[in-house]
Amino acid sequence: MSDEIQAAVEEEEFDFEKVKPVLVEPLVDNNPIILQVLGICSALAVTSQLSTALIMSIALTSVVTASNTAIAVIRNHIPASIRIIVQMTIIASLVIVVDQILKAVAYDISKQLSVFVGLIITNCIVMGRAEAFAMQNPPLASFFDGLGNGLGYSLILIAVAVVRELFGSGSLLGVEILPLVKNGGWYEPNGLLLLPPSAFFIIGLLIWAVRTWKPKQVEAPEFRILPAHGEVA
Amino acid sequence: MEALISLFVKSVFIENLALAFFLGMCTFLAVSKRIATAIGLGIAVMVVQTLTVPANHLIHAYLLKEGALSWAGLPDVDLSFLVYLASIGVIAAIVQILEMVLDRFFPALYNALGIFLPLITVNCAILGGSLFMIERDYNLAESVVYGFGSGFGWALAITAMAGIREKLKYSDVPAGLQGLGITFITAGLMSLGFMAFSGIQL
Repeated sequence: MSDEIQAAVEEEEFDFEKVKPVLVEPLVDNNPIILQVLGICSALAVTSQLSTALIMSIALTSVVTASNTAIAVIRNHIPASIRIIVQMTIIASLVIVVDQILKAVAYDISKQLSVFVGLIITNCIVMGRAEAFAMQNPPLASFFDGLGNGLGYSLILIAVAVVRELFGSGSLLGVEILPLVKNGGWYEPNGLLLLPPSAFFIIGLLIWAVRTWKPKQVEAPEFRILPAHGEVA
Repeated sequence: MEALISLFVKSVFIENLALAFFLGMCTFLAVSKRIATAIGLGIAVMVVQTLTVPANHLIHAYLLKEGALSWAGLPDVDLSFLVYLASIGVIAAIVQILEMVLDRFFPALYNALGIFLPLITVNCAILGGSLFMIERDYNLAESVVYGFGSGFGWALAITAMAGIREKLKYSDVPAGLQGLGITFITAGLMSLGFMAFSGIQL
């Protein structure tokens, strides 16, 4: 009972200034993909075109927002020993809804995404946020945390997809931006960017860029090479 | 038999779950710092994958597929929208049962693999394997081979990755690339290497 009262009080004291960091931090400072290392599978596999990346971002953001809110609402009633199964069931049901909507509204793209919509269930962002945030916080704050992390994921996904589609096939959303040589233009597309490994390189370089901008995120080396004898450190 | 062997080779090398489809990347990057732990996790994934893919095949073929319930007198029922919920339920249940069986009968094995088992429920390589099996319509024999092959391929990839990372920690990496960044680049180069297999016709 006291928990419920406390939760109610917390919700009454809600104001946007407190929620803002929850929403904004996951964008760059605590990005789910490049810092928390969550949800990478789909980030790599669906980014060869901007359209699939956009649909995937919308699908994941809505699932993580809804699951965070739903889990936060019932967080005081979930027994700790079966919480993973409860979370999984909620997430899987939400993913089924998203999948059915996608099949009805955008059938072609849902075919291209193939198993990756289903894999939102095991996307670590959704589970990770449910476990780390929604289990301890009231619904409204969890809603914004879900939204923030969903947007942080979308940001990386869209950035990678823009690079891959623009330089890999000279177009964005299927519209030609750089005229290709084979169509009489001047741009010779870089085929490597359409291959799966390029996503690893782009995210790796993105991490490098962000960490140069925000040196706080740099990891300490496990092993340091000592200066050789006589050399000045 | 020949078809099954070629399916095995295909699922290990050409369609490697980790390096061609990027499944199970979170654990692939997080648990690949040491060879010993990587091998432990690899074996656990292999075992779970070999059990869950055929189990999900049976459930899909006899309960969920369109017309699959005709043995119960319900030929018009199509429950295929429940595939996600059923697959993840089966995986979570099998992991839990495996954990209890190992704890009861093989304590030594449990001590070695036990900590990895909870990680496996949320490993997308496992769910991905089952979903690929359903999408490609494998039969029971093929799904056993595919389950084992894809698990073996994943184990191979994470062990190789851990080997590279153990050497890599002695190299002088730029500050911003330290840790995660260089791991991504390494994984990209490995994936490029595995792409060489894709030209093989079986």
